[in-house]
Amino acid sequence: MKRALLLATVAFAALAPFSVCAQDSNTQKDNAILIKNATILTITHGNIEHGSILIRDGKIAAVGTDLKVPDGATVIDANGQYVMPGIIDCHSHIAIDGGVNEGSVSVSSMANIADVLDPEDMSIYDDLAGGVTAANILHGSANAIGGQTVVIKLRWGKPASQLPFEGALPGIKFALGENPKRSNFSPPPGVEPRYPATRLGVEETIREALIEARQYKKEWDDYNQKKAAGNQNLIPPRRDEKLEPLVEVLEGKRYVHSHCYRADEILMLIRVANEFGFKIRTFQHVLEGYKIADEIAASGAGGSTFSDWWGYKMEAYDAIPYNAALMTDRGVIVSINSDDAEEARHLNQEAAKSMKYGGLSANDALKLVTLNPAIQLGIDNRVGSIDVGKDADLAIFNHDPLSVYAVVQKTLIDGRVYFDRQRDIDARPALEKEKQDLLAKEKKAAEEKKAEGKTEGKPEKKPVAKKKQPPTSPSNAGNVAGGGL
Amino acid sequence: MRNRFEFRHVLLILIVACIVSLINWTHSARAAGGAPRYFAITNARIVTGSGAPINNGTVVVAKGLIQAVGESVAIPPEAWVIDGKGLTVYPGLIDAGTDLGLPKEEPAESAPAGRGRRRAAPSGEIAKGPEDRPGTSPWRVAADEFKTDDKRIETWRNAGFTTALTMPDGGIFPGQASVVDLAGDRRGDYIVKAVATLPISFTPVGNFWAFPDSLMGSIAYIRQVFDDSNWYAQAEPIYEANETKFERLPYDRTEQVIGRELRDKEIVLLPANNSVQILRALRLADEWKINAVIYGGQHGYEVADAIAAKKVPVLVNLKWPERAKDADPEGEETLRELRFRDRAPSTPAALSKSGVKFAFYSGGLSGPKDIFKNARKAIAAGLAPDAALRAFTSDSAEILGVSGRMGSIAPGKIANLVVTDGEIFDEKTKVKHVFVDGRWFEIHEEPPAEKAGDHKTDEPPGAPAKDMVGGEGVGR
Repeated sequence: MKRALLLATVAFAALAPFSVCAQDSNTQKDNAILIKNATILTITHGNIEHGSILIRDGKIAAVGTDLKVPDGATVIDANGQYVMPGIIDCHSHIAIDGGVNEGSVSVSSMANIADVLDPEDMSIYDDLAGGVTAANILHGSANAIGGQTVVIKLRWGKPASQLPFEGALPGIKFALGENPKRSNFSPPPGVEPRYPATRLGVEETIREALIEARQYKKEWDDYNQKKAAGNQNLIPPRRDEKLEPLVEVLEGKRYVHSHCYRADEILMLIRVANEFGFKIRTFQHVLEGYKIADEIAASGAGGSTFSDWWGYKMEAYDAIPYNAALMTDRGVIVSINSDDAEEARHLNQEAAKSMKYGGLSANDALKLVTLNPAIQLGIDNRVGSIDVGKDADLAIFNHDPLSVYAVVQKTLIDGRVYFDRQRDIDARPALEKEKQDLLAKEKKAAEEKKAEGKTEGKPEKKPVAKKKQPPTSPSNAGNVAGGGL
Repeated sequence: MRNRFEFRHVLLILIVACIVSLINWTHSARAAGGAPRYFAITNARIVTGSGAPINNGTVVVAKGLIQAVGESVAIPPEAWVIDGKGLTVYPGLIDAGTDLGLPKEEPAESAPAGRGRRRAAPSGEIAKGPEDRPGTSPWRVAADEFKTDDKRIETWRNAGFTTALTMPDGGIFPGQASVVDLAGDRRGDYIVKAVATLPISFTPVGNFWAFPDSLMGSIAYIRQVFDDSNWYAQAEPIYEANETKFERLPYDRTEQVIGRELRDKEIVLLPANNSVQILRALRLADEWKINAVIYGGQHGYEVADAIAAKKVPVLVNLKWPERAKDADPEGEETLRELRFRDRAPSTPAALSKSGVKFAFYSGGLSGPKDIFKNARKAIAAGLAPDAALRAFTSDSAEILGVSGRMGSIAPGKIANLVVTDGEIFDEKTKVKHVFVDGRWFEIHEEPPAEKAGDHKTDEPPGAPAKDMVGGEGVGR
């Protein structure tokens, strides 16, 4: 049922960017908002029945049961409803313009998702309708070292420049296994298969790129040192867009999110990272993570997995739906992600599955899609729970979000309502009318053009010209002076 | 003695006479077969583009340039005089983005049957990274490949277009676009500015197996090329002064050409049609510190203020979006798409209001008839007609860096003129004369190319033809 509702939303909610903003005047940032009478799922300090949340300047200003309505505040009566922190999707490919993979090369770290954010991708709005407020937008997994990634807030209607999550560390996608070794692609005749073709080769590719990055950094350090020492006439090293993000990885200034399946390759990457002195921030998919949960926990990496999605290729056969719970039990920070624009619309339900498979508590299940991904992305000081001082990124459901009957009523980011189910439904007739009017206008114009075309059936008079020769008798010969003519 | 003297005298007279007659002969021969080089258009309304229109004035053209313009200017004795009574003289129109005179690229090899894109081998060399310089030939110059026998040159000229920016196609850095005038005896006569702008395309050239295969890959590639070119421009003089101290710099034509372009702040054309692309282009122009001009710009009505804030000019594609002819009649279209088709022609008015400098280009329209028709749509959507004229003349010249030489009717400017029998954007207006570099073309309408036997209507001969209803020039 929820799916049907959402599809209806997709079909009708053509709320174009740049026009939505105008409708939001009632929820401007500096206005106070009070959400009252709600069941508040704080994640960090239990649930509050009949509670209120006060929002000021886009931040959570107070949470409790006896908050007064400040003068001029907008009140959202959430009687019988549930408020949870906005859902954070740790693995998403929405809002990307012009291709998710730069798949032509084995190291594509020069490609940057931040360059191609598409704020008009309807998936942003659809995901908002599923309570998602932030997402880790990743490059695809075609390369051992993929492109640069970016964490965004789903600020539908804002330009691309306002999507990135302010202050979030940028990331980079690594990938292990079948995708980077191109197991499931064969090149056309005359094209050499891309290196690497084995898991060994994937390791070698990553190691070689990191060695290159280390040398690149040294080159620049040497140059800067010489220059600082007053050395003139130095030719600087070339900038290398491929290696610069890898230098940031080595310096701990950029998170590595690595696509992976099998236990052996996960252990391999932990060893490689140790060798080069950095940490893997998250293992993505990590379907065999339950086999080596202790090692992952010891490495400090997080695990971002699916609830129950596997078997779609050889390396995805050894998965179990207990993965998230088992890794959690061993101390790994675990999140459940979507990797898919549709799945992202019901991450609350995906989280709930870990209660059935593995027996997580309701609160721990919700953590899988809120506080834990926030920790994994290094944004837990800003989002992931309902605490005073955090961003007012909230999802309001009509039922307990862990119930299959739960449907999002409102989604707020920075204290601003970006999705409102009722507003969406109310706007549909006007939008539908506008659409029909535009279609009718176009149809009319096309008919007029056709009619015009009929009256124009005569052979067209073509303007012609020759380079003008001096006329034998100039039209105004009397005015023409000059000898010889 | 005396006789002899007289004989010598006569001989001298004869020789002088001969020379004089020879001179006369050559002069008249030139006049008969060549083109006059002095003209005066008198009694005409003159829209100079650099001040108030002159209601009854004269334009004097001398040897390719405008010599004088005004209400009462001296007409040189050698000038051909064209009575401009009832006519209006405008600066020659500029089409700021065409492929006039450039041969079409060979069509790419069709993909082998099967699973489409993924199975198709990329044509040409398979680039393994930025260092292979995929789709990159910035050293190509449109002017060098310009073909004067392109039939469209005459079509454009007869409609009043005296100048075009002609852009090479194919690849991410296809080559330099050139400003050309649309008449001449040989190629060299056409070229106004050979290296005028550097067009860039963001379209990946890779085809899955070759780099770059994505938009982000293309952008990363362009960024790396700019890095490399800036590096070369910096490194070259240091190397040349210290040849024994450094390994020699590897030869790379791309770095050399683009390094020079960036140093000289030449115009870089960035394609951007919808608002997402436009805002992205503005950001990249800032990041890359280039002298950018956007081309496309049709979603400008949404982001005109953002463009104005960056002071980036726009070449507006007059090929307004239309429903695809082969569109699925049952296909569901988004409201956003419908709005775009409806509002795109209001972009010029919005740009004008926000103070963005913009010019028009034909962008693949099939001919001048559609160019004018679509310019009229922009006027109908709120653009002032004089602003529309500027977008074809002075503003266009300014954006393309040739405003010192064209774009208005003023002494010293290239004699590019179009003479009409009415307001230039009026549907019924006809072009009467065109001057390109002072070359005179008189335009007249050819009678319908219709033979008696070809008459296919059922009308009896002599009956008024239905298709004449509505008069001449309907739907130009």
